[in-house]
Parts: sequence; structure tokens; C-alpha cells
Amino acid sequence: MAATFFGEVVKAPCRAGTEDEEEEAEGRTETPEDREVRRQLARKREVRLFRRQTKTSLEVSLLEKYSCSKFIIAVGNNAVAFLSSFVMNSGVWEEVGCAKLWNEWCRTTDTAHLSPAEAFCVFYHLKSNPSVFLCQCSCYVAEDQQYQWLEKVFGSCPKKNMQVTILTCRHVTDYKTSESTSSLHSPFLKALKTQNSKEPPCCSLLEQPNIVHDLPAAVLSYCQVWKIPAILYLCYTDVMKLDLITAEAFKPVLSSRSLKGLVKNIPQSTEILKKLVMTNEIQSNIYT
Amino acid sequence: MFVPCGESACDLAGFTLLMPAVSVGNVGQLAIDLIISTLNMCKIGYFYTDCLVPMVGNNPYATSEENSTELSINAEVYSLPSKKLVVLQLRSIFIKYKSKPFCEKLLSWVKSSNCAKVIVLSSSHSYHRNDLQLRSTPFRYLLTPSLQKSIQNKIKNLNWEEMEKSPCIPEISDSEYCIRIPGGGITKTLYDEGCSKEIPMAVLLKFVSEGDNIPDALGLVEYLNEWLQIIKPHSDDATASTLPWKMPSSWRLLFGSGLPPALF
Repeated sequence: MAATFFGEVVKAPCRAGTEDEEEEAEGRTETPEDREVRRQLARKREVRLFRRQTKTSLEVSLLEKYSCSKFIIAVGNNAVAFLSSFVMNSGVWEEVGCAKLWNEWCRTTDTAHLSPAEAFCVFYHLKSNPSVFLCQCSCYVAEDQQYQWLEKVFGSCPKKNMQVTILTCRHVTDYKTSESTSSLHSPFLKALKTQNSKEPPCCSLLEQPNIVHDLPAAVLSYCQVWKIPAILYLCYTDVMKLDLITAEAFKPVLSSRSLKGLVKNIPQSTEILKKLVMTNEIQSNIYT
Repeated sequence: MFVPCGESACDLAGFTLLMPAVSVGNVGQLAIDLIISTLNMCKIGYFYTDCLVPMVGNNPYATSEENSTELSINAEVYSLPSKKLVVLQLRSIFIKYKSKPFCEKLLSWVKSSNCAKVIVLSSSHSYHRNDLQLRSTPFRYLLTPSLQKSIQNKIKNLNWEEMEKSPCIPEISDSEYCIRIPGGGITKTLYDEGCSKEIPMAVLLKFVSEGDNIPDALGLVEYLNEWLQIIKPHSDDATASTLPWKMPSSWRLLFGSGLPPALF
């Protein structure tokens, strides 16, 4: 409990997040109806991998089905736009799977048929070198779905001889520094890498006490535990929607070992990125 | 599941396992951070689980440039073989409905590792205290029956207060009495499971409120130290200005970034 300035006593939220546990601990036993509701909700939130071309589900995890030497994952619209313009436009990529998932952040109510224009999570491999994989993930993968995503993508047999690269953005106010965040020149890039990653990062490492959450953290944790070389490039920005300056902030990553050889014409790709951002801007306004 | 850092699994037979419960003020976790940092404990593995919200960051106990780049995840295991101590640190909250499965997986690992005893560092909401508790020390302990047998005398000599039972349903006057640890997260579940699975377990907790909980964490490690004597007891020498407990480098900026000068 805490007293506000006006003297009213309010229940202060507990940082340790124990409110739910207290309810469970109070001995409220679940009725069969509660269990059924919970089971149905869990089913609705299940992460499923399937092939859009054949409309069939993948029976095994993606990386158990295919051999992989490089896996590049973009999480969030700016990272997706960057990879789309610079990497996907420089080669021929074939779609090998799509993750279908629903959670409260999805704006679609129809969970059975997610259209390509909506938030998505699609997997591709390079036709000229099928062991190079790319994941474009612009949907939010909720806490309870992150481990399922890992299972469906990486499977239960971690492969140590692949290099994983993750690109994502976070809001600059999440960045802790002794200066004020208003004095920071965003966007800027920071990196985090696993023990086994020998690749020198293209920017400075993320200093403590800064931490990362969500899907990028789930992937990096998996790689750290199972000794897979992986590196996360984090772009701190003050614009979370699709933005040219933010997407371009990932450019230093083009010189990294993971992306070298996958990008052909940088000026052309930059033009493609500009067009992508402009198209998106025209479509979104306060009336849509 | 426990995944070792190195190639070989570690033998934890006879070790004392210290762990936090994610509880009010995060006091248990802060206390564990102090222990790992002060004793300069070595990371021996990860407790990889789908029960905790994922998070990563660089080494929270870094003391120099060289050791600052080791990646840390949400549940890691550290050890100090010279003191037969093994510590589990939890850095994030439970995913909904996953706290009970976590307790089961954890205790199953404890049993298979043959740890001598488990000590859970925790906290409880200070506003739930009754009149007697308000007037006494804020520290409490609980022992499972299997640990009580071996250390009852030692605890008696320390003059510690055992956690009191309170009405199971506070609103009802003739309600049964049981152990309640409001704000304690999984503490009660761990304790109950520890009792039923005959695991030698102790719970050490402090009544706290949310806020700057560093002093609470320091209090809790001193309380633990009275029993385990992990470090030499803090001397009463008035000239000793340094705390025996070392705060980790990651404890900076706990309350956010610097303020914009324009504010003033």
C-alpha cells in the first residue's frame, strides 16, 4: 500500500509481479469450466509453422527439416524493412515457412486466415545457397509464445555450426545512461553477443545495466545456453513506426561477416528502402 | 533444466543451494546479487526453462572491461566450491501459470543434485504485519521438517523469530491458521513442496515495502550471514567505513537514466 500526495491509500503495483500468484495461492481451485477456458485460450495462442504454398503444417521444426549455416532474423518493422531492401532485394529468396500466431496485440480477429498484409513472421532461404535462412518477423510474439516459437523454429537439437544474427529496435527511453536520454543522438546501434560468437561486432556492446526482452532475448538466450554463435544488433530509436533514418541506422551491419556477400547494390537498396517507407507513410494517417 | 557452461557437469552433492524468490521489492534477488558479487562466484551453468520471461544482458558483476562482455540470461547458477555454496539467480518474473511447474522442475533438480540443503531468500509485504510483528524484528525464518531435525539448536542459539501462522481467511474470525507469505511469490509453494517432498529447506525473509530495497537486501544477507557465516561478521568497529558486501556494477541507474538539465 502507498499513500499518494493527497493522502489516499492505494495499492502500489508490486515490482516482483506477484499479484497473480497471490490469487492462486489463496486456494481458489480451478473448476472444470476454468480449465476448459484456459485450454481453449492456450490452443488459440499456439504458435504453428506451416507452408503457405501447400497450406500444410510443418511436422518437424524448421531447422530440423533444413540444414542451416546462417540464420538472420529481423524483429520489428524497421529491421524487417532494412533486410527487405538490402538483403532480400539482392538475391532470390524462397519462402519455406510461415509462423501463424495470435495474441492480444494482433489486430486481426480471424486467426484462421492471416493475410500477408497483416503482421507476419515468414521464413525464407536463399535459392543460390539454401543453408542461408532469413526470418522477417513483424508481429509481436508474446511472452508465453516465445519459447514455443523457439521450439518450432530451432527444435530440440541445437546446431552449433550455424551463425545467428538478430536485428531489432527498441525505444531510446529504454536505454539507461547517466546522461539524460534527451541528450542522446538517436538512432544508435548497440550489440550483444553469445560466448561462442567470434564475429567482431560492428558497433559497441550494450553496457550494463541495460537488458533486452522479448523474442530477440529468447533467441539470444537459447543460443547462449546451447553454445551457438549469435549476435544481436539493437537499434535504439525515438521513432518506433517505420522510419527511414531508423532503418538506415542498421547500415553498419552490412559490413559484418553474416551479411557480407548477401548485399549487392547498396545505393539501389537505399532507394528501395526510401520507396518502401514513403509508400507506408501515404497509407497510414490518423484516419486509418 | 540445468545446462552446464563447460563440457562437464558439476558435482553439487553436499552443497548448500541459495536461491531467491521473486518477491516484493525483489529483495531476495538483490541479496543473491550481493552474495555472488561479494564472493566473486563463478558461473557454472544455466537453469534453462520456459517458465521465466526471457531476458539477456551483459555480465552484471563485471569488474573490468575484459569480463564485462559475458552474456547473462534470466536464470543462472554460480558456485563457490571452497564454501560448498551454489547459488541460483532468477532475473525475471514467471510467465502466467508457470510458477508451479517451475517449482516442480527446480525441486526435482535439487533432489537429483543431492544438495545438502536449500535456502530461499524472500520477502513479504510489510503492510500485512499484525500488531506483534510490527513491534518485533522484520526478519523471519521457516524450516521444513527435514531440516529442522539437523539445525534446530543452531537456530535456537541465534534467537531468530519463526514466521507466525495467520488466519487462512483473515475476514473470518474462526478461520484455521496457516503460513501465509503475501508478496512472497513462489516462497509458500516452494516451502509446501519442500515439506511434502522432504527437502531440507529454509526460508529467510524480511517484511518490506516497495521502494529502494538495497538496505533491505543488505539486511537480509546479514541475517543469512549470522547463520552461514559466508563472510566474516561485520565488525562493530566505528571506524570501519566500508561495507563488507560488494554491490555489483549493474546496480547503477536503478531508478532510471540521468535527468535532463533543462528540468532545472
